[in-house]
Amino acid sequence: MPIQYYIYLCLALFSIGIIGALTRRNVIIVFMCIELMFNAVNLLLVAFSKMHLAAASISDKASTVGSDGQLFVFFIMVVAAAEVSVGLAIIVMLFRNTHSVDINFLNRLKN
Amino acid sequence: MSTTEILFFFLSALALFSASMVLISKNPVHSVLWLVVTFFAISGHYILLNAQFLAIVNIIVYAGAIMVLFLFVIMLMNLNQQNEPQKNLWMKLAGVISGGCFLMVLVSLVRQSLDLKSKVAMTTSGDIGLIKNLGRVLFNDYVVPFEITSVLFLSAMVGAIVMGKKD
Repeated sequence: MPIQYYIYLCLALFSIGIIGALTRRNVIIVFMCIELMFNAVNLLLVAFSKMHLAAASISDKASTVGSDGQLFVFFIMVVAAAEVSVGLAIIVMLFRNTHSVDINFLNRLKN
Repeated sequence: MSTTEILFFFLSALALFSASMVLISKNPVHSVLWLVVTFFAISGHYILLNAQFLAIVNIIVYAGAIMVLFLFVIMLMNLNQQNEPQKNLWMKLAGVISGGCFLMVLVSLVRQSLDLKSKVAMTTSGDIGLIKNLGRVLFNDYVVPFEITSVLFLSAMVGAIVMGKKD
C-alpha cells in the first residue's frame, strides 16, 4: 500500500480532531478530539515504521528496522492513559465548581 | 483490486465517517460510542499493517479503558443535549476554515514531496509488530523509559485522586 494513502488518511483524521477542538464548547468533546489526534499520529508512526521495514528488508530479510516506531506508539498510549485520568479529574472538578462543562468558564483562570 | 486494498479503503471510510460523527453528534454519549468505532477501525488498520500487539493494546487501552472512563464521567455529570453550550456560527466557520487550511497545506506538501514517491508501507507481512520482537526491543533498549513510565503512572494516579476528592 503506498505510504501516501496512509499519510492522507492520518492528515484527514488529525484535521477532524483539530476542527472538533476548535468548534465545540463541551470540554469532554474537546478532550475526545485530542484523543482522536493522538490516534492519527499513532497510525502514521506505525505506517512509517512499516515503510522503513519495507525499504530495509530488500537487502536483509531478518531486519528489525522500525520496531522503535511501534514502541513509541506504545509509549504514546501509556502517556495518553495517564493524561486522560488526570484530565478527567480536572473536568470533574470544573463541573463540581461551575455546574457546567462549558470550556469558556476556564477564562476565569486568568484572574 | 486486491483484498488488502478493499480492506484499507473500507477501514479508512469507516474511520473518517465515525470521526466526523464524533463532531456532529449532539449527545456526548453518542460521540463516545462513535469514537469507539473509530478506534476499532484504527485497530483494523494496525492488523492490516501486521502490528498485532498495537492492535490489541489499542482495543484494550483505548476502546476498553479510556472510553469507559469517558462514559463514566459523562453519565456521572448527567449531561444531556438540552444544556449543551454551542459556539456561534462564525466561530464554527472560522474553526472549520482553519482546520481545512491546515489539511490543505499539509496535503499539498505531501503531494510535492519527491522523497515519498514510490515508498510503500509493508502490509500483511513483516514481523516487527509481533509481541516477541517488540518485547525484546522493549526490555533490551528501552528499559529506562519503561521504568520511568511506571513513575509517571504513579504520579498520575496520585494526582487524579488528589484532584478528584472532595475538599
